[in-house]
Amino acid sequence: MRVTHYAALAALILSPLPAAAQNAKPTDPQIAHIAYTAGQIDIDAAKQALKKSKNKEVRAFAENMVKDHGAVNKQALSLVKKLKVTPQDNPTSQALTKQAATKRAEFAKLSGAAFDKAYVANEVAYHKTVDSALETTLIPSASNAELKSLLQTGLKIFQGHEQHAEHVDAALK
Amino acid sequence: MQPGRSVFIAALLCGIVCAVPARAETIKIEMKDLVVTPAEVTAKVGDTIVWENRDVFAHTATATDKSFDVMLPPKKSGSLTVKKAGTFDYFCKFHPNMKAKLIVTP
Repeated sequence: MRVTHYAALAALILSPLPAAAQNAKPTDPQIAHIAYTAGQIDIDAAKQALKKSKNKEVRAFAENMVKDHGAVNKQALSLVKKLKVTPQDNPTSQALTKQAATKRAEFAKLSGAAFDKAYVANEVAYHKTVDSALETTLIPSASNAELKSLLQTGLKIFQGHEQHAEHVDAALK
Repeated sequence: MQPGRSVFIAALLCGIVCAVPARAETIKIEMKDLVVTPAEVTAKVGDTIVWENRDVFAHTATATDKSFDVMLPPKKSGSLTVKKAGTFDYFCKFHPNMKAKLIVTP
């Protein structure tokens, strides 16, 4: 159980998340798609947690994820509309979505404290991965100033969530 | 009594009565794009601190020592009247990377 857990975590961290990031610079429509997808994944993960968890802190964290990422994505949608940009699907978004689906299926089998721990540990790891993608690839690659600025706010939000997840993770131990 | 003298006494009385309680102030702190401005504020006991949340995200002003915990819904403000002196580090519970300091003098 423990071994699988760490193995899964290691796989998540080491897996080649930013496929586009490693090769060519992603375009603005791709960046918008990646950012939106990353937010939506976290909303879906939080919704699963709200169905399964009874832990007060875990639920409060999950509720905040739904609200914050919902708010960021709402801003992202109005920005792409304003800029007349159509978010473009790409290998990074697809890899993120696939990974997330695997995680959700894995977590669906867990319950109680085991679920809480797995969800929160994954939230720490997931936010770390997204933070690093934002910092090293998405923000530097964004050419539109407004998109860049939204991503920068997004980074601060994600970093805040990472620390919040770490606090909840510490409280669960 | 000479008129000049009564004015003097009145001024003296007012000097004693009026000067004693310094008026409590309202200090505004802004939270925008996850940044707290100013990050450090000095207030006096009795002053009111108003945090204005300009973000679309909920924030809190939560003292590290738990002496206060003010909820700040999106685009709303929250306030606190400071009652005791001290240095209070505070942060946002939802985004603990938002940190600031409140110094309260007697």
